[in-house]
Amino acid sequence: MAQVTLRKVVKNYDQTPAVRGIDLEIADKEFVVLVGPSGCGKTTTLRMIAGLEEITGGDILIGADVVNDVPPKDRDIAMVFQNYALYPHMTVHENMSFGLRLKKVPKEEISKRVQAAAQILDISELLQRKPKQLSGGQRQRVAMGRAIVRDPKVFLFDEPLSNLDAKLRVQMRTEIKKVHQKVRTTTVYVTHDQVEAMTLADRVVVMNNGRIEQVGAPNDLYHTPMTKFVAGFIGSPAMNMIPCRLEKAAGGLRVTLSDGVSFPVPEDRTARYEQHLNNGQLLFGLRPEHLMDAHAHANPHQHPFDVTLEVTEPMGMETLVYFPINGIDICARVSPNAGAQAGSRLRLLADLDNMHLIDDTSGRVL
Amino acid sequence: MVDSAIRVGTANGAARGGLHRLMRRKSTIAFFMALPLIALLAALVAYPAGYAVYLAMLSKSMERFVGFGNFTFLFGRDTFWQVVYQSCLFAITAVVFKAIIGFVVAHFVHNIPAKGQRKWRGMLLVPWVIPPAMSTLAWLWLFDPSYSAFNWVFDHIGIGRVPWLGEAAWARFSVILVNVWIGAPFFMIMYLAALKSVPDQLYEAAAIDGASWWQRIWYITLPMMRNIIAITALFSLIVTFANFDIVRVLTAGGPLDYTHIFGTWAFRVGIEGGDIPLGAAVSLFMVPILAVAAIFILRDITRRGSEV
Repeated sequence: MAQVTLRKVVKNYDQTPAVRGIDLEIADKEFVVLVGPSGCGKTTTLRMIAGLEEITGGDILIGADVVNDVPPKDRDIAMVFQNYALYPHMTVHENMSFGLRLKKVPKEEISKRVQAAAQILDISELLQRKPKQLSGGQRQRVAMGRAIVRDPKVFLFDEPLSNLDAKLRVQMRTEIKKVHQKVRTTTVYVTHDQVEAMTLADRVVVMNNGRIEQVGAPNDLYHTPMTKFVAGFIGSPAMNMIPCRLEKAAGGLRVTLSDGVSFPVPEDRTARYEQHLNNGQLLFGLRPEHLMDAHAHANPHQHPFDVTLEVTEPMGMETLVYFPINGIDICARVSPNAGAQAGSRLRLLADLDNMHLIDDTSGRVL
Repeated sequence: MVDSAIRVGTANGAARGGLHRLMRRKSTIAFFMALPLIALLAALVAYPAGYAVYLAMLSKSMERFVGFGNFTFLFGRDTFWQVVYQSCLFAITAVVFKAIIGFVVAHFVHNIPAKGQRKWRGMLLVPWVIPPAMSTLAWLWLFDPSYSAFNWVFDHIGIGRVPWLGEAAWARFSVILVNVWIGAPFFMIMYLAALKSVPDQLYEAAAIDGASWWQRIWYITLPMMRNIIAITALFSLIVTFANFDIVRVLTAGGPLDYTHIFGTWAFRVGIEGGDIPLGAAVSLFMVPILAVAAIFILRDITRRGSEV
């Protein structure tokens, strides 16, 4: 078990930068998820920690040791690959024990550890099978088993669930979380799926364009995103962002979205926002779940406004409704009983306690 | 498709007897479609093979039937057993070296960046692409005792001249060397294709599992290539065993029959020696040996087919 430290890590492919200097401290036993769109450098970062990619600059430490030039086999890490990378000519048992056999661990010890890992993952009956006789989910378990038996300092997961179907993905997600609660090994997990990131992580690292946008606990990222990118990336459906003007009005500040729609800013934010009164590049951010139908119980910071619906998407437990403000499509989550229908008028409540004001020029959330 | 189309065509003639039913069957149609090829094989393979068996049972003048006389005669001759030994030595040594060299070169080529790889692949294939009779002629000049480049160099660096084709051991070495030179590119290209089909992630997984470079080859590359290695080696074994042109051009079996293999000795006995039945008998000895290899190949291919 060990912490992992990245100091100003840079990776260039020829002249193209893939990772532009990231700093990250991962504590012992922590489950950290690197998340971001494809091409953001998250997989490259993971592969640099694994030693499969050379680093162009900076330092990577596992425990207290700088491992920049240590080959993967001496880093004492285990990795689960997206396509599992099981050895097709070996049985499940041989796959799982391969690393231990190379290390010349005694046979009884190997057998004991494989059995124990198989127990955790519920694959004891599959030990004598070849990978091609296994389903996708079973292969995934074997790949995890191969990592667990090694008892490494760090687990690395490279989009391990993206080859599974939606139902199995949710199931394996829970499985991974359970395994981590049992073995408590420091884990770095890469995914492009923000739901996976939110559900699994102790801390989420949101990456974009080779840089870290924000590091934080899942709830912090959701409630207090620091950048426009994080605000838009975390949460599904994504946060609505509407160009707005900030104006002084009687009793405080108002944000005006269009001629017809304008909301008062909650008093506790007045001081924070006041300096941006003359900023012409502001975005008003509000998540769909903070736009609800007027039948819900309202509090003082929930302000009603009327819209004409364009599209409705019933999901069962809720209905997503879409309507334009100033030509921008806005999404709201309303109760399925609200009677929302395309073309109909609906009164919505905007929960301004959860509003965000974003400076579009700097990309900062104010 | 075919089946149903024909069934429609003869739907009202269902009771027209067994012949019609036979003609309607898929297997019958398949047989007729394959008939031209079967006829071709019969004319070019089955007939010569049968004729060779017939010839092998005639006397030297080809006027009298002698049964297995030619075979028993061969069993009693030392030269025959020498040819058996030399054929096996030639085929096995050559295939082993072709396989090893092909494997090593394939690894080098595999590690050349994709840009320059095609160029190298093309150049390395040249020995295999040139007609062997022609390239062997070039080797014949290289092996010339007095005027060749090899001996000139050896002379100048003080090693002295090597009797490449004049001494039994050297002649065998030279014949095998040329065969390896011609055949190794085939192994290289087959192994290269096999190497490319091994996913990189397996090597990465093995590297993380703690495997060294050598262990990755031993535990990943070789097992993953096992089928290709077996098929290529067996295929090459057959072709090498039945070789004719290299030995014929280089040594014509000499010195003193020390490089004869089945093909060249059959030619010497049958065509040059004027004893066609005995020559046919010699060449027939290749059949059981090659048949064993062929069975192994076919078995391996079927097994491989059922694995996928």
